[in-house]
Amino acid sequence: MRSLTGPQAMTLTINGDARQVVVYPGETLLYTLRGDALGLTGAKPGCENGDCGACTVLIEQMPVKSCMVLTVEVEGSDITTVEGLQHAPIQQAFIDHGAFQCGYCTSGFLMVGHALSQQPDHDQGRLVEWLRSNICRCTSYQEITDAVRAVCSEIES
Amino acid sequence: MSVIGTSVTRKEAPNKVTGRARYTDDVNVPGTWHAVMVPSQQAHARIMAINTESAQNVAGVKAVLTGCDVAILTGDVIEDRPPLAHEKVRYWGEPVALVVAHDEASARRAAGLIEVRYQPLKVVNSIQEALAANAPLIHERISEYQVATPPAYPKRASNLADEANVVKGDVDMVWEQSAIRVQVRVKLPQVDHAAMEPRVAKAEILADGRVLIHSNTQAPYEVQKLLAKYFHLDPGQIIVQVPLIGGAFGGKATVHLEILAYLASKAVGGHAVKIANTREADLASSPVGMGLEADIGLAATKDGRLMAAKMRYFMDIGAYADSAPRIARAIAAQCTGPYKIEHLHADVYCVYTNHTYTTAFRGFGHMPMTFAIERAMDELARTLHIDPLELRERNALAPGDTTPTQARLTRSNLGDLPLAIDHMRTLIHWNGPTPRVVDDRHIRATGVAAFWKTSSSPPNAISGAIVTMNGDGSVNLSIGAVEFGAASKTTAAQILAEQLRIPLERVFIREEVNTHVDPEHWKTVASLSTYMVGRAVLDAANDLIRQLKDLAATVLRCSADDLDYGNEKLFVRDDPSIQLKFSDLALGYKYQEGDSIGGQLMGRGHFMIRHLNLLDQETGQGRPGPAWTVGVQAVEVEYDRMTHQYQILTAASVIDAGRVINPAAAVGQVMGGMNMGLGVASREVIHYDAQGQFLSNQFRTYRLMRVGEQPQEYRVEFVETPQVDSPFGARPLGEHGVLAIGAALANALSSAAEVPLNTLPLTPEAIWQARRRRLHYDTV
Ligand code: FES
Ligand code: FES
Repeated sequence: MRSLTGPQAMTLTINGDARQVVVYPGETLLYTLRGDALGLTGAKPGCENGDCGACTVLIEQMPVKSCMVLTVEVEGSDITTVEGLQHAPIQQAFIDHGAFQCGYCTSGFLMVGHALSQQPDHDQGRLVEWLRSNICRCTSYQEITDAVRAVCSEIES
Repeated sequence: MSVIGTSVTRKEAPNKVTGRARYTDDVNVPGTWHAVMVPSQQAHARIMAINTESAQNVAGVKAVLTGCDVAILTGDVIEDRPPLAHEKVRYWGEPVALVVAHDEASARRAAGLIEVRYQPLKVVNSIQEALAANAPLIHERISEYQVATPPAYPKRASNLADEANVVKGDVDMVWEQSAIRVQVRVKLPQVDHAAMEPRVAKAEILADGRVLIHSNTQAPYEVQKLLAKYFHLDPGQIIVQVPLIGGAFGGKATVHLEILAYLASKAVGGHAVKIANTREADLASSPVGMGLEADIGLAATKDGRLMAAKMRYFMDIGAYADSAPRIARAIAAQCTGPYKIEHLHADVYCVYTNHTYTTAFRGFGHMPMTFAIERAMDELARTLHIDPLELRERNALAPGDTTPTQARLTRSNLGDLPLAIDHMRTLIHWNGPTPRVVDDRHIRATGVAAFWKTSSSPPNAISGAIVTMNGDGSVNLSIGAVEFGAASKTTAAQILAEQLRIPLERVFIREEVNTHVDPEHWKTVASLSTYMVGRAVLDAANDLIRQLKDLAATVLRCSADDLDYGNEKLFVRDDPSIQLKFSDLALGYKYQEGDSIGGQLMGRGHFMIRHLNLLDQETGQGRPGPAWTVGVQAVEVEYDRMTHQYQILTAASVIDAGRVINPAAAVGQVMGGMNMGLGVASREVIHYDAQGQFLSNQFRTYRLMRVGEQPQEYRVEFVETPQVDSPFGARPLGEHGVLAIGAALANALSSAAEVPLNTLPLTPEAIWQARRRRLHYDTV
């Protein structure tokens, strides 16, 4: 087994690109993403405790709170951040439905909504269950659920 | 087509859905050092000793500061707060020391090694304990404090930071003569703004003496002024930069981390230093929203005409005064709600406790105040058997009436509450407050509540706008209002586009505010930017139009009065074929021969609040704000009689918006406001234990609304009674969704559960307790 003390050089696959990074074993993925080397600041710190979801990214297409994952755990995994969304329908849907105000929670909600829309099953119960992982203080949540539902049903039809 | 009244997409929308929108902590100067605060582990204690030795020895640590190193007191109104606790601590979480290190990890490690020896003092854990005879004094030197922004009257040898009073008419006589009287006592806990972006500040002192501050403040110009004052600098030396803000709600309008960041940078020779709140610090150490206890007495005639009111409001302001004296005056000035009561006496007290200190919270005191008055109104309706909407309509203030502080009301400055109430009846198919049985367990009830709010500002608040033209005839707009989600930048751009008759896409507006470049705007608070910035933008637009016309008149050899404009052109009114493009003039006009006149065209505009004054100490007489926004809100609940749980079925608002500039954004503001107000009313509470320890310092203990808990349906409507002195008649709107929705929820649940519910938050347990108490009283 590889020893994990001191800085580790590793390759991460982020938004389809192989990126070389040097990380400490105790470093969270959120920290690595936002650091000077990668500069992917779309994922936001809101609590760094798993409560708010502002830091959500996708790991193997599933939403994960990047403040709750150590970078060393995701070497070799496929990581998608909000910067990796290229004209995903969820982005325009958020604009059309007014699903953000300050925008700080938006990256996280976008990632959850996008991942959900790629799932085979996204009925109302599942939608609520997935979106409950994140917090928005500005909107009423109706805008966000409307946007996500619109994208999910578009994909269905 | 007019851009006013059109649902345009906010300017920064594309950046916000791609992760490209940048907030304060997204851009850092490489090599920035980190400051970490050491929070107090006691709510009230004398500091006996602070041992910083082991912290100093941690590799990477550059400086350690304690209260002894910083001999200043700060505060917006009363200067009562040391940036780092000095001699004693007054709340759990109060910054006691500050560690500066190369990196955050070292700073944190060192902060954990600082030993503070405390001698615990008796903790003042509630308003009652603060006001008790022989209560321990939180501020022993209260009488020596400077009042930086009068009025404020700290009371010597007490825990009263301030008191505001309003007296009107002959309350004692009328009270006695009135047929009906109701008395309601409400109790609301402290709550947190919980903006998703925690507070952060960075400071750097350049070699030339200039101080660079980056922070997510709502009040960049206040940061500039106060830092200059506290540290004897010229305001011009201080440059405050604010990019997009991730939610604010009043909690970022006070100067807090900026002071610590400056101190940290100064301690390390001016190096760039950042201090970023963890969520835990953002909740417990930075200011929260006040708690409130109030006694409201209303006297009325048998047919439901309000005659007199006696009110006492006690604010749990926590350990330091911050903006509490100004909030107290806002409560006093609007204490009656939007109702005509000619005889009244209201006292508002700012009570120091050993709780986290408080600052403005969305609505500036009007949300808790409205809860108190609207619970009393519902009790009055119940006592009189009058329909609660009818009672509110009958007593609504009208043009010609005066406010509690005797400001004269006009149709323009008041708006039309009866009209809003009328719309609400239709919007929610109002059938009265009587609950409707769904089945043997469930019952549905609707509650209503009305509000009014003015935007309290200093009588000399200012705003400005600068418009420069690009060579292609498009324009750049510079304003001092920050963007925290209320679309203030987009609204300003809309106003400019409308006035210049150009498409919105031709207006470029910077997301950031820089005090060095952008004209001063008082603070981005009180939902005032549309009014204040909007007026400045109109002024700048008119200035630019004048310049365009003057230059065009010279070139076209006519009088400027002969010219009109549209489609980015100026043309002679009676022969539009004689015309010039904006782009021909923007950077000066070049004649065919090559010689040129003019220069870059730039419009400047400013605005200053007028006709306001400070309230009189005895009677409260005065004019607190430019105009009032009125509205009515309703909540329908389905209540489970067995478990006391409830679902919010509908939340509705009808607000007199004057003129809606951006309908989609306005509806979003109001819906988001309702969700926040319902969160506050149904679940949010800051808990302290018996020793005053702050227990709600994470989002798992300070619980916010999540998806699925929001109302099943929102309904929003606007009526539009223009505020004549505001751009296009628009009224302030940003805060108002929160104001009465909690009261409407309490009114709905009170009728469903058949027990007065006057304490927040309205958890099932709280309802159960209220019912049990009632049962107990009824049987004895
Ligand atoms: S920052 Fe990761 S869940 Fe809040
Ligand atoms: S848009 Fe501000 S927190 Fe969601």
